[in-house]
Amino acid sequence: MTSHSSDGDHHDHDHHDNHFSEMQARVKALETVLTQKGLIDPAAIDAIVDTYETKIGPRNGARVVAKAWSEPDFADWLRNDATAAIASLGYTGRQGEHMRAVFNTAETHNLVVCTLCSCYPWSVLGLPPVWYKAPPYRSRAVIDPRGVLAEFGVTLPEGQKIRVWDSTAELRYIVIPERPAGTDGLDQEALADLVTRDSMIGTGLARSTEEGR
Amino acid sequence: MNAFEPTLAASPGLPKSHEGDPVFAEPWQAEAFVMTVRLHEKGVFSWSEWAEALSHELYKPGRRADAGDYFDCWVAALSRLVTELSITSQAHLNDLTQSWQRAAEATPHGKPILLENDPGR
Repeated sequence: MTSHSSDGDHHDHDHHDNHFSEMQARVKALETVLTQKGLIDPAAIDAIVDTYETKIGPRNGARVVAKAWSEPDFADWLRNDATAAIASLGYTGRQGEHMRAVFNTAETHNLVVCTLCSCYPWSVLGLPPVWYKAPPYRSRAVIDPRGVLAEFGVTLPEGQKIRVWDSTAELRYIVIPERPAGTDGLDQEALADLVTRDSMIGTGLARSTEEGR
Repeated sequence: MNAFEPTLAASPGLPKSHEGDPVFAEPWQAEAFVMTVRLHEKGVFSWSEWAEALSHELYKPGRRADAGDYFDCWVAALSRLVTELSITSQAHLNDLTQSWQRAAEATPHGKPILLENDPGR
């Protein structure tokens, strides 16, 4: 079952249409001109940009997750005021967007959607993956989250609910995956290595210690 | 990211991770960075030309104290360089910038933003 905007936590955003900041638009303008002049190929640019998506930003989010796994007080803070808890680690977005951390449990798996606009917590998760920007992902994640997860190779236990969170320009989400079994002795750096970007979007789970090796 | 080392060398103050990779807060910053690398590879400008253009913007008065506008300067430098090289004009870039902004506003939530969505075009 998908519970979507089933309680007051969900922020409506029918007022929210796409918006480009001055800088986003300026870069698109440069890209348009340079493409028309045959100096760049936008697909090639995207391909190189994608090489950064897993390398840079996501470590910030992984450290947030590892700390939440290790320190119950931090987990509580994150649950109650993710914006402040994440900012305390020095990871702040330049637009002052609000963050909310949604915790996976045995009962509920969380999945975050929306991207084509400016709705992605770059400062924590890094650059959005290409598939996340693709129109089918957003629509299908809402209609058929279990099917989308299956395509990512994720099969959830029977009975675990999926909750879909639609980001807005004002409020962005980070999924706190469940801590893998058998990780009691690990320090936060080792734990962070188990936290993939996809697990913080909800299209994956944290890796086990075997996979993390 | 060894291929980008010359870019890093020619770009003083570029935010970097502990591992020495450039750090981007938003995708447009990475796009601007990668476009700059590609233009240099194409021989459009030299690293010394780039370094000079970037420094000019970085040392302008009125920078933010936290250097959070580093990539704003980057884009300004890139814009200036391509206009100085007569690849385009500042006016054309400004028009296109506004066109992209109108296109974004006119595109419904959840749909890809395309330049042809600009109602003013």
